Amino acid sequence: MTIAFGNPDRPNSYIGKTVPRPNAPRLVQGRGRFVDDITLPRMAHVAFVRSPYAHARIGGIDAAAAKAVKGVLRVFTGADIAEVCTPWVAVLAHLKGLKSPPQHALATDRATWVGEPVAAVLATTRAAAEEAASLVEVAYEALPVVTDMMSALDETTPVIHPDLGDNLAFRRLHDEGDVEGAFAGAHAVVSARFRTARHTGVTLEPRSILVDWNPAEGQLVAWHATQAPHMMQTVLAKHLALPESRVRVICGDVGGSYGIKVHVYPDEVATAAIAKIMGRPVKFVADRLESFTTDIHARDHIVDARLAVDEAGRILAFDVDDWTAIGPYSVYPRTSAIEGNQVVNLCGGPYDFANYRARTTVVFQNKTPTCQYRAVGHPIAVAITEGLVDMAAAELGMDPVEIRRRNLYADDAYPATSPAKMRFEGLSHHASLDKLVALMDYDALRADQAAARKRGVHRGIGIASFIELTNPSPFMYGIGGARISAQDGCTVRMDPDGSVVALSGVTEQGQGTEAMLAQIVAEGVGVSPSEVRVVTGDTQVTPYGGGTWASRGAGIGGEAALQAARALRDSILEVAAAMLQSEPGRLDIRAGAVVDPDTGEERLSLAELGRIVYFRGDTLPKGLPRELVQTRHFITSEYPFAFTNGVQASYLEVDVETGVVTLLKHWCVEDCGRIVNPQLVDEQIRGGIVQGLGGALYEEIHYDEEGQLLNGSMADYLVPMAAETPDMIVGHVETPTKESLLGAKGAGEAGTAGAPAAVMNAINDALRPLGAQVTEMPFTPERILRALGAIED
Amino acid sequence: MTEIVRDRIDVALTVNGEPVEARVPAGQHLIDFLRLELGLTGAHASCEHGVCGACTIRVDGDAVRGCLMLAAQADGAEVWTVEGLTDTGEIADLQAAFVARNALQCGFCTPGMLVAAQELLARGGAPSRGEIREHLSGNYCRCTGYEAIVDAVEAVAMARAGAAAQEGGGGA
Ligand code: FES
Ligand code: FES
Repeated sequence: MTIAFGNPDRPNSYIGKTVPRPNAPRLVQGRGRFVDDITLPRMAHVAFVRSPYAHARIGGIDAAAAKAVKGVLRVFTGADIAEVCTPWVAVLAHLKGLKSPPQHALATDRATWVGEPVAAVLATTRAAAEEAASLVEVAYEALPVVTDMMSALDETTPVIHPDLGDNLAFRRLHDEGDVEGAFAGAHAVVSARFRTARHTGVTLEPRSILVDWNPAEGQLVAWHATQAPHMMQTVLAKHLALPESRVRVICGDVGGSYGIKVHVYPDEVATAAIAKIMGRPVKFVADRLESFTTDIHARDHIVDARLAVDEAGRILAFDVDDWTAIGPYSVYPRTSAIEGNQVVNLCGGPYDFANYRARTTVVFQNKTPTCQYRAVGHPIAVAITEGLVDMAAAELGMDPVEIRRRNLYADDAYPATSPAKMRFEGLSHHASLDKLVALMDYDALRADQAAARKRGVHRGIGIASFIELTNPSPFMYGIGGARISAQDGCTVRMDPDGSVVALSGVTEQGQGTEAMLAQIVAEGVGVSPSEVRVVTGDTQVTPYGGGTWASRGAGIGGEAALQAARALRDSILEVAAAMLQSEPGRLDIRAGAVVDPDTGEERLSLAELGRIVYFRGDTLPKGLPRELVQTRHFITSEYPFAFTNGVQASYLEVDVETGVVTLLKHWCVEDCGRIVNPQLVDEQIRGGIVQGLGGALYEEIHYDEEGQLLNGSMADYLVPMAAETPDMIVGHVETPTKESLLGAKGAGEAGTAGAPAAVMNAINDALRPLGAQVTEMPFTPERILRALGAIED
Repeated sequence: MTEIVRDRIDVALTVNGEPVEARVPAGQHLIDFLRLELGLTGAHASCEHGVCGACTIRVDGDAVRGCLMLAAQADGAEVWTVEGLTDTGEIADLQAAFVARNALQCGFCTPGMLVAAQELLARGGAPSRGEIREHLSGNYCRCTGYEAIVDAVEAVAMARAGAAAQEGGGGA
């Protein structure tokens, strides 16, 4: 099939255009329906009693005072929940050696991080549940705490889970070519220790779930703020011993996810278990402290890395030693080894070089569990790679743009396989870099920088090329044994009035999934996007799918929608041809009507066709198929992952007296393949960039040595606010994937992947004449002043 | 604490132009009263700490944090939420600009953001981008990166200033 997406004058040309989001008017009017907005008859509220210790044995639980609070219905211990809910073990077979102990919804004998749920109180109001939870007396016996990452494997460090033998969760070494030889023969070697801080997602809507078990129907319904409703259906069914067919997960409006809401959380499973025990609806909405101590954390890495180059600045070898600590459990079911694994997969990603060694060491500790968060592993790998490349350029006296030009994969080098064994179908590093240099007017910016320097103002330019992994195949989770779908489906049907309904397995968290699907279906069928209603987020209604993560909404869900829409078009034309005594090939559908493709003349409106098919089927030929509904599922099969690429630049000013960094401007040119909706893509990039800027400048979860989280509030864990955020210029190169008709690769994470490295390089560009360098994020005023030697102790 | 929570207080106020009389727990926050008792779920609770602005509503003409004010303190007050401001059409242009510019993604921050932005816009004139950013710097948005929000508010400010100039300018 050929659809000339590149031709803006084609009929029904909605793909590639900015089309408004159908759900936006609802949200600006305050008519959203988030989980906490839902109230059901007999609904009760659960609040959790959480461990104040990072590691402690749980003794007796005295709930007498809690039970005395008016409105309290029941208090549950770990043992109570374990009677109806089995524990889980978060390992994947293809991540060899990954280990993790069984985890219960409520801790049974030991608490292993501050915030782990150990008991639950159910009450008729949230206020009563919270008050009573504070009155539950748990006898804790403190146990030795492991907080430090680098000493977690030392002989003298206590082992958190004695049954596992040590604190090592996972280790992987990838060794390609002759790394030692390359370093021995190098013209120059640069090295550094990089550190990315522990982050969390801080979704504005806290984690939320409302579960109703209806014993009369034998059905469990969960209204859940999640990115993966079908995965949650499977998980709830399995651990509550229900048939999958008797669990329905509904995902309405979700107030931000970024990867936070794609995991299985013990308190949410406990909520479902309690609903099942009580036979009535139970709601759990995390408060903000709970969000900080129990939403997954991420990015806590220390990396020693070095880079060898020849005298022309050609990259000879990367050598990377990555360490990360993931808390006491690998998180179910995606596991907490993926982030470190991604660092191994992605370092050096944009560059054509031969010798590569990377090792990741993933250890247990007594802090909040970490897992996949927007751009999983990418910000770390990009910071390491791009930091070293800039250091090499400085060492050689070479311009940062020039050293990249000499090493990026040529735009005609594809297909290519990286030394990390990642397979690239088609990328556009040089075209993207050229576009970026033009967009930012690189030479003029250098001149401005030099002029500022003369005034004693220290400005810096930072560049960061990157690749981004999207559209995962079953190689990501499925081959490891997890029931996480890499395929996705879409059902498209025409109703009697000629309007179209699309049911999709991918979900909406604000990216604009529903708008993207509406315009694809509109183009595929031949109707206006306003004639398409999109339904997502209901396991009982939509085709089975993986949901929304790894930037797969457009690439996988969009392709399924396009194929289903095209199939529906064919069905409609078959009926139309019979009605018009024509042939399907001599008819087209445009703007909701069957037309003559040459003249555009209307032959039959879809509403009239619908009237005949649904109400006067007697007038149609016998045996004519009347199914005005089609379903298609899509999965990638040629490549384990799609890759996108891009390059970002930051221009900023460092106040060397105060250490404060002011972001002046930010640029990103990226190649997400086919762009379905330019505005939505640009805003995904911008939002992603700002999350990356947060990691570069502000965000860091602090713990003390006892494993107490020190900054668990929005006032203390800083994220970018409107006043500090720069304007961002976004440009595109389009290299569609050939794996699909649509050609979309995904755009949700590119911004976050590259922004921290661009900022780091810009700060170091500003500081270099002063002999200072920073590689430990976030780049707080204190760290910058230390690098400058202005603070010493 | 427990006693304070148990105490109940009679309040009479107007919410979105309608009279409301209720008996509220003394410790109940205004945002919870609006959401739980009146079903006005447009404004959201997020940090419950006065930091994020998701709960921003208008009380006696000012944009305030619904999570910091007690329902009992709203006795006699005039309260507007995004639902009421939608019904009156007061922020229709701002809402349209947010949609056109995609100045919302998940939309969780949006009702509070709109009330805060309208407070700035109601002062008249055409605030600079810097002033808009400054004014909204108490409203947290994790999705958009703020630029689209600033664009939308700026566009409305310019459109309103233009309309005001035309009205006031007459034939000049
Ligand atoms: S919920 Fe009120 S300011 Fe955050
Ligand atoms: S749109 Fe999601 S927090 Fe602002």
